[in-house]
Amino acid sequence: MSEDVWILGIHMTKFGKHPDKDAVDLAAEAARAALADGGVTMRDMGILAAGNLMNAAAGIGQMLQKQIGQTGIPVYNVANACATGATALRTAVMAIKAGEVDYGLAVGVEKLAGAGLLGAGGRTGGSEGKHYEPSGRYGAIAGTDGRIGTATMPGTFAQVGMEYGHKYEGVSFELFARISEKNHAHSTLNPLAAYTKKMTLDEIMSDVMIAYPNTRPMCSANCDGAAAAVVVSDSKLKTLSLEQRRRAVKISASVLTTDPWEEACQVLPDVNTLTRNAARQAYEAAGVGPDDLDLVELHDCFATAELVHYDNLMLCEEGGAADFFNSGAPWRDGSKPVNVSGGLQSKGHPISATGIANVWEVATHLRGEAGERQIEGAQVGLAHVIGLGSACGVHILEKAG
Amino acid sequence: MPKQLPLVDYLVLGDDPHLEAWECTSCGARFFDRRNACAKCEADEFRRARIASEGVVRAFTIVSLAAPGIAVPFVSAIVDCDGTSVRANIVNVEPTDTHVATGMKVRLVTEPIGVDDDGVEGIGFGFEPIYAAT
Repeated sequence: MSEDVWILGIHMTKFGKHPDKDAVDLAAEAARAALADGGVTMRDMGILAAGNLMNAAAGIGQMLQKQIGQTGIPVYNVANACATGATALRTAVMAIKAGEVDYGLAVGVEKLAGAGLLGAGGRTGGSEGKHYEPSGRYGAIAGTDGRIGTATMPGTFAQVGMEYGHKYEGVSFELFARISEKNHAHSTLNPLAAYTKKMTLDEIMSDVMIAYPNTRPMCSANCDGAAAAVVVSDSKLKTLSLEQRRRAVKISASVLTTDPWEEACQVLPDVNTLTRNAARQAYEAAGVGPDDLDLVELHDCFATAELVHYDNLMLCEEGGAADFFNSGAPWRDGSKPVNVSGGLQSKGHPISATGIANVWEVATHLRGEAGERQIEGAQVGLAHVIGLGSACGVHILEKAG
Repeated sequence: MPKQLPLVDYLVLGDDPHLEAWECTSCGARFFDRRNACAKCEADEFRRARIASEGVVRAFTIVSLAAPGIAVPFVSAIVDCDGTSVRANIVNVEPTDTHVATGMKVRLVTEPIGVDDDGVEGIGFGFEPIYAAT
């Protein structure tokens, strides 16, 4: 039995536009604040795991070390789509569980303000008109996005939500918009969110349509930000101060999955099966169930995604996501608060930071330090991210003692 | 008649245009791309399998924002063609949520996408609604 792992220090920067800071500045701010929060330094760290997806070849880990402390420890630069931050955290956790180190630092950072539409890469229209020549794995003679459906993020996740509506009752454009209304309302209490404006249902539904049924405020906001976490072994934590032990947050489960083969999974990404698998593994590892969760931060990259993940994380009966939302459960004063941070739709989604920022949000409530938006008495929480391709990270956290 | 090329190699042109997938001879899993092995069972032998040309819309979106050069709005959908899922545009329909719905029946159609400098015509595909006879 490998030993338990705890979060000793954790930090998230303000999400939004940071024109005067580069990725290293933001990563350094998050990392140094997480170290200070844990009462440790780079000299204590045995491993650094770092992610910066949009610049993955640059080696953000070493760039960060060169600014905040070159101690010669191994660096793992990770890239795993929108699950990059969760992957960095899990990498540090695994090093401790393997018995190689007592302390690890995980950092995720992204500069994404003004990045526009993601997932529209590859050959696009307008490239034809010269010489048709089949190329690539589909032997395409021209760009396929827009001619053979869409592979953009908004369109893909729109279809994911519509597919749920085809399968189960009660799903509509208005329901998706109401989910967004909830998250934007929650964001008004989060000073670190990129957008903190409450929006009415009408404002959300009549905003610019991106990919039906997702309008602009129903899509995650591209922005800049970083988050970092210091993790520690159970045996080392026992040697630390009473204050450090009191504020430590237990990582009861750290799970990463990819999508197992299912019919259609290479046609429309299957974000459901791997999330369900990750949730099941995490609940089993932590010895808790969905009923035990006091709050959930799930990957609402689009309003349509939040709905299906109520079901995938088993917060409701299978097929019952619409009823679950309509019951009021996922509002902050409901029985199962979901995305009290404001979610990716308002807090923002600096890709590699997201998987640690979600953990920061949950940990901050478990420590009783969430200020105005504190979920009173929170003991257990779950943080979920998913990256297309696909990768899903689920962490279950528990309050100390 | 000018030479034609399909937009992708899984679109078979001719008198009876249709889609063809790579089907694993071992487990029957179907794929549209060039394969190294089967993602479901790891076998590495495939045969060409004709995909049904009629199907049901299982999911759709109406894309209003796309990369430069792509005409919007357009309807992207996942069509269930007798058990094999196909991604495609829904064509010959108003791109609004009152004209497109999950569960609607559609059939494969081809359409020209342009002509290159050598006079070769590119042919794409989409699915159009099948309306009940009135």
